[in-house]
Parts: sequence; C-alpha cells; structure tokens
Amino acid sequence: MTGTATAGNLLRLSALDALELMRTGALEAAALTDAYLSQIAKNDKIVAAYLRLTTAEARLKAAANDAAPAADRAPLAGLPTAVKDVLVTEGVITTCASKMLEAYNPIYTATSILKLAEAGIVMLGKTNMDEFAMGSSTENSAFGPTRNPWDPERVPGGSSGGSAAAVAAGEAIWALGSDTGGSIRQPAAFCGVVGLKPTYGSISRYGLVAFASSFDQVGPITKTVRDAALMLQYLVGKDPLDTTSVEHPDVINLPQDKDLDGLSVGIVSELVGEGIDAGVKKVFDQAVKKMEAAGAAVCETSLPHVEYALPAYYILAPAEASANLARFDGVRYGFRAVGALADITEMYELTRSQGFGDEVKRRIMLGTYALSSGYYEAYYGQAQKVRTLVVEDFERAFDQVDLLISPTSPTTAFRLGEKTGDPLTMYKSDICTIPVNLAGLPGISIPAGLADGLPVGLQLIGPAFSENMLLQAAHSAEAVIGFDAVSPLIERAD
Amino acid sequence: MDFEPVIGLEIHVELSTESKMFCGCRVKFGGEPNARCCPVCMAHPGALPVANEKAIEYLARIGLALNCSIPERSIFHRKNYFYPDLPKGYQISQYDRPFAVDGRLEIVVDDEQLTVGIERVHMEEDTAKNIHAGGGGRIAGAVYSLIDFNRSGTPLVEIVTRPEIHSPQAARTFLNKLKNLLKYLDVSDCNMEEGSLRCDANVSVRPAGSSGLGVKTELKNMNSFKHLEKGLAMEIERQAQLIESGGQVVQQTVHFDFATGEVTPMRSKEFAHDYRYFPEPDLVPLAAGSDFVEKIRAAMPELPDARAARYVNDLGLPAYNSEVLTSSRELSDFFEATLAHFDDARMASNWIMGELLGYINAAGGDLASCRMAPAEMGKLLAMIRSGAVSNAVGKEVFAEMCKTGQTAGEIVAAKGLAQISDEPELAAIAGRVIASNPAQVEQFRAGKERVLGFFVGQVMKETKGRANPQAVNRILKEKLAG
Repeated sequence: MTGTATAGNLLRLSALDALELMRTGALEAAALTDAYLSQIAKNDKIVAAYLRLTTAEARLKAAANDAAPAADRAPLAGLPTAVKDVLVTEGVITTCASKMLEAYNPIYTATSILKLAEAGIVMLGKTNMDEFAMGSSTENSAFGPTRNPWDPERVPGGSSGGSAAAVAAGEAIWALGSDTGGSIRQPAAFCGVVGLKPTYGSISRYGLVAFASSFDQVGPITKTVRDAALMLQYLVGKDPLDTTSVEHPDVINLPQDKDLDGLSVGIVSELVGEGIDAGVKKVFDQAVKKMEAAGAAVCETSLPHVEYALPAYYILAPAEASANLARFDGVRYGFRAVGALADITEMYELTRSQGFGDEVKRRIMLGTYALSSGYYEAYYGQAQKVRTLVVEDFERAFDQVDLLISPTSPTTAFRLGEKTGDPLTMYKSDICTIPVNLAGLPGISIPAGLADGLPVGLQLIGPAFSENMLLQAAHSAEAVIGFDAVSPLIERAD
Repeated sequence: MDFEPVIGLEIHVELSTESKMFCGCRVKFGGEPNARCCPVCMAHPGALPVANEKAIEYLARIGLALNCSIPERSIFHRKNYFYPDLPKGYQISQYDRPFAVDGRLEIVVDDEQLTVGIERVHMEEDTAKNIHAGGGGRIAGAVYSLIDFNRSGTPLVEIVTRPEIHSPQAARTFLNKLKNLLKYLDVSDCNMEEGSLRCDANVSVRPAGSSGLGVKTELKNMNSFKHLEKGLAMEIERQAQLIESGGQVVQQTVHFDFATGEVTPMRSKEFAHDYRYFPEPDLVPLAAGSDFVEKIRAAMPELPDARAARYVNDLGLPAYNSEVLTSSRELSDFFEATLAHFDDARMASNWIMGELLGYINAAGGDLASCRMAPAEMGKLLAMIRSGAVSNAVGKEVFAEMCKTGQTAGEIVAAKGLAQISDEPELAAIAGRVIASNPAQVEQFRAGKERVLGFFVGQVMKETKGRANPQAVNRILKEKLAG
C-alpha cells in the first residue's frame, strides 16, 4: 500500500480505480479487502447489510491474488464484493432472508457468481434482502431489517437493500443484486449508488432463487456507471443451464468521457406527475436541465398503459411466485414444522405457514387466487394483455427517442416501519421501475442529487440489449450531474 | 337394458432417452435409490430446467407415427399440486398448446377395422417414486414414506385417445398395437410391470344405440394388458348395475386392485385438484418448424404396416403371415435375423408362426422366453431342407433349442437324431417290416395302395422317425412291387 492511501480513501475507490492501483502494485488486494472488512466490523452491527460473512475465504483469496504475478491475475482480481443472499453459493448458507432456508447449504453455485469468481472477485459475504426478494424496504427479512447508511432510521430500499447499503456504507466495493420489479434500482436510488438491471436474458438466472421467473434478472450495484459496465462485461452470456438466457448481441464497452450531444431523451410523462414527491421532482428536474445543457434533446413521451403496469405486475409476479415457491414444502431441504403432525397435508400447512413471512404468504395467496379455475382469464389473462400493451408502449416510445428517463422511485428513503402496515403504499415505491421489468428492458438508476439530505435516483431506460448506449448515456449524465456525496459512514472513515 | 361402453385411454410412455427431460441425470430403471438426481430434478432453489432435444425428437416420432398434425409452436405449462413425489410442487407438462394433435390409429377387432382418434400427444416429466410404509401402500395412514428421485424428471409422453373405444377387448387391442408401434419407433422399453408404459382409462356407459355420453369415471392402476381388460370389464359392469338399480354414476377416480381384481372408488379428497395451469416461464416455446418435422419424418424407422407390405411384395409372404410377424417388433426382428442365415422366407415364416409362437404361447411368456438365437434357427432350417434331419425330428430339435439355447448340431449329435438316408440300412429295415406283415402285403398287391402308408409308419417307428421319408417311400414301393 502506498503511504497516501488511508483506510478512508480506499473505501472511496471505484472498482476500476482499485484495479489500476493493484495493477501498478500501489495497492495490495489484502489491504483492500481488510479495509472493507474493518468497515464491516465497525458499522455492520448498525447497518446490518450482511447476513453472513465469508471473512476467512475472502482473506485467503485476496492473499492468493497478491502472491500471483500481476500478469497472471484474473481481470477482476481482488475486488471485495457483496452478494445478495438470493444467489446460491455452494458451501455457504443461502437463506433468501427466509426462515424457510435458515440453514440451507446449497450443493451448487449460481452461474453469475461462478463467472465473477473466475474473473477473480473476492466475495465478502451474503447480503440481507426482503424475504425471497419480495419487498421494497428490506424490512421483510426474517433476520431483521437493513438500515440506510445515510440515515439509520430509514430503510435502504429493497429487495436488494443489503447489497445497496453495503456499497453505500463502504462495506463492499461493489455488489450483486437481483431485480424483479425494481429491486436493484430502487435501493440503489435510496442509498445514493448506481444500480443496473440488464435486459432480460442477458445474464443467467441459474442459481438465482426464483421469485418471478419472467421478470427476475441479476445485476450490479456499484459506485459508478463505469463499474457497472465493468461487472456487466463478466456477467453477460448465454448459459446452457438457463434456456431463457441469450448471447448479448454486443460486446459490453466501458463508457467513455463525452457529452450527450445527439442523444434524444424522453421524460415519461406518466412517471413525473402525481405521486412523485416534490423534493424528488426538484432533483429530477435539475438533473434533466444538466443533461440538456450537456447536449441531450429532451422531450416528454407518453407510455399510456403504464398506469396498469403495477396491477398487472401484482398479478403476474405473484402467480409465478406461487409456483416457484411451492418447492419449499419441508420434504427435501430447509425448514420443516415439527410436532405431532396428522398427515402430509398438515406437515405442508404448518411448514409453510411457519416458514414463510407475511409478505411472502400474501403474494403466494394472491398468485394462487389469480391462477385459480374460473379466475384465470379475468386476472392472469388480462394481466398478460396489459404486459403486451406496455411492451408496445415502449416500442413506440423508442421509435421517437433513444432513451427514456424518470425518477427511480417516487420518494426518498422512508422511515423504518412507515409503510409496513400498508402493502399497497409499499408497492407504489416501485411504480417507476416495474414497467421496465414487464417489458424486459434494461434500466439503470444513478444518483441525481440529494433531497433533504437523502439520495434521489434518476432512472434511464433503453431498448432491449441497448446496454452500451444506456451505460454511455448514464456515464455522461453522471458526469454532468456531478454527484460526489458519500454516506456519513464513509465520510467518518476518512 | 343393453349398455354400450365408451372408453378413452390416457397412456403415459416413459422415453428411453439417455438423460432426463430437464437435466443431465441418467434414465434407468431401478438401482440404488437417489443415485441419479441433481439440483434440477430434486428442485433445489435456483435450479432451472433445460429441455432434452432427444426427447423432443422421440415425441415427434410418436406424433408422426400416430398421424398427428404438429403445430409450429407448442408451449410447456406448469401443473401445480403438492405431493412428496413432485419436488417442484408443479409438474412441467403441456396444456392447451400440446406438441401433436388430431391423429388416429387403426385397429382390427373381431375382423372389423376400427379407427381410434388420437386427441393429443404431449411432453411432460415423470415424478419421483414414493414408497409408503404401512397404510396399505397409500400415503394416508402410512407410518413413514420414502422417496426415490431416480425417476424424477424422466421424459414422459402422454397420449390421449378420443372416447372412441367400445369394448375392453378393443382397448386391449389398441394398447397392444400402440405398444408395438412405440417399439418400432425405438422410443421406449414399454415395460408395463416397470411402469414405462402406463394406461388410465376414462369409462362411461350409455344405452346401446344412443349417442350421448354418460358420466365417466377414471380408472387407474392397470399395470398389464390383462388388468386393463379385466379392470374395464369390472368397471363397465359396476356402472351398468348401478344404473339398472336406479343409481347414478359419480364422476370420480376408481382404483383397480390387481391383487383382488376389484375396482374401488377413491376418496374424493384424493383427486379434487385445481391444477392452476399457467405457461412455464423457465422454458422457451418448442418450435417444431417444417424443417424439424421433415427431418424427423425422413429418419423415421420402418413402421409395422410398411414392414408387412415389404414382406408381401419383396419376400412373397402371404398377407396373413406378414401381419402376424410384424404384430411384434421383436418377432419381426427375429424373423429378419433368421433370414440373414437362411434364404427361404416362406419356410422361415411358417416355422416361426407354427413352432416358435407355439412354444412361446405354451411357455406363457414372450419372445424373451425363447433361448434360441435366430442364426441357430436358420441353421436348423437348412438341415431340415437338406434332409440332414427329418421334419418331425426338426420340430423336436426346435423345441429343445428354444428351451435350452443349445445349437441344432449339439442336440442332433447328443440324441443321435440325424436322419437315416443310408440305402442298405433302410432296405434291411423295410425288408423286416414287409416280412412280418404278410396280410398287409396281400392287401397292397391286391391294389389297395394306401396300405403303403402303414409300411412307412412302421419303418418310421423302427427308426424313431429318423428315416428319410422319400427314400423309405421309394424302397418300400420297389420291394412291395417285387
């Protein structure tokens, strides 16, 4: 380590900067990993971003990296990474923040983690989340909530709240999350970091514990847009174990420093009106002005069916979830209710009513109902039609503009407990992100500024497989917006 | 009142692919429990299915052989229900967009040609196997249950007929013909005892001559052709009696107990399912474009009807022989293997249909109960044709070969059964027979020529059937004329 590198500024390094320092020998992976581990030791009792640490393995991997000649090192060697506990890791307990999987030790590893591990990352541990990725605040974890590094009285968003909080708290240089209706972008927005949900099919879902299979997508949560592009380079690709995955048509590039000249951007009219907090709207408008000043041609664009996206999502995603979570039946692994059980039916009922939390049960029941004989057409059938209409809305919009933008979430991070009593209000936190999942498009949230001291996210949405354009635009926007605040937890470490 | 039964069959066929339907685990019957399973077929969190291309090819073969049309796209659905043998809590199956539809299969029952419509042929996966300890082998009342996931995810094709079968015998004939067809297609072992071919039946009765449909029951658990026929007969009888005594048939599942031969309705709770089918989001639709279908069609194995026609046209066999030979893939393969060592197709077919089928029927088994290799049968027929053994002795040797698997040469040598064609030896025997039967000699010389048969019989008796009949005939005629 060089004399100028303090613990604090190690925590401020982007992944690309850290790689460069390690390449030149100015920084050792062991020191970088140690800096993050001590930040975790200092702050994670409060933040509770992690459910489980893999400290010993992390130190070993970092040391092995330092022992290898620079030329032999893997491309992402030594980067301390947090992994959402929805991705299975062989030999490391994977819980999905559910009592159902409290002691579940996977027998294989998710493709996305295998790929990053091969590229050299150092996994620090598994992060907290809403149970089975169902929620927008990480309060639905069976193991207690994660707190927002900007204000511990507030939620980090969800469901990838642990991963976003870890990056914002300096407890990981970057993280893996998953996004079904906004679960990467909304917590990234709440925590003042970058979150990318790639095009559906870009990244293998093998080993991602399924919530809603036709929506789920793995993605990076990072400090910068360029870091998100870097991680994406190593995540994309067709996986023979996931037939819904495809080869990305483009080689993913690292965005270059340039302005927004020639880029046409449409503000989604339906997502900037009613229901958006004034503070969020103000930060959003300022960001738009800066993008215009940097050369972007901004207009308003309508997605007329987007108001039906939320109800359609809350039919389709729970329907898929009701089947996806049927495997948690107490038979082969995971939690099983004990006691004098009359028969197999009672074993199922008790196992599932004791093993799942309220929100998971709520969605399983919603989905079961929507698929039931006599209701299927009225609910599932209708919702599929809405999904098609939303897809067509986006297609029409992208005939007019290159990208669409909106706030990532209608509010900044809310207080713990503020919305837990009212699921519908909680669901509305994802009103801007859900349409993107319905259409399978790539979307990214970047920090746009602060409202009352809390981060506000700007969402950019592109056509399917337009990641290169989307990341380039997001990188340029990030530069002109110039958001350089970090959470108090990183500030204090300086 | 006279009742006409209306029967539709649902047949499940386990495919004999190398690997399972949605993972790479091997497909095999039996073996150490839970030795062939993985995260996918045990439904571990995060595991995803990948469709087996070979299974889709086999499925296409079945669809084409049953004269179905194959839509360009079909999709998988999830069929949701909880049961310990179903690890995902849903079975991946097909629902309203099956792989193949609208086919037919012709059968002959009591010399009448019947057409049975095929409603659909679709792809799904088999469940694991439950073994319930106590509780009469059912889960209700079991002390504990064991699960073997070796079978979990085995490719399973479901074939559904239209309700166009009207007797237990026709149902059995249909299933037999279908089984034979599947064997020709090389897609399944079709072993009913091991469960690789399973048949359920939907049965109702209606007054003879009417065209409406009565309330049906679903008859399950018939694991042999005999049980299918018997179970259907019992259920038809039960329904008819019920109606005649003023009762009503209730739509329900009926269990056939092959130990007692009884049919018993299952508790309604055991089958009251709402399967909540919806499209399987983990699998892309199956695209069976015309290129794919034509490729499968071009590579189709020779089917029984085509093979029978070839026997008639190329080998000159009678139509009846051709039909009998091709009614079983094994038999017809045996016939063709024999022909590789013996070139008289007609003689070979006669011996197979007479002696071989006779042996199999008497043994009460199938071709596997015969230990004779086709090549050895060919050699025996060659010995018979050359006169090395007589026809009569040949039959005896044939039976022995079937039983023991020994070669014709070994049996003939060991038992001294070679035909006697030696002229002086036969002349001596003939002389003795003539000398000891003067009365018959008188009759012959008085013009009663059929007495010759008596003398031939006596010579055969003396030689235990080994004498060459042509030579004996000639020698006797000479001596009697003298």
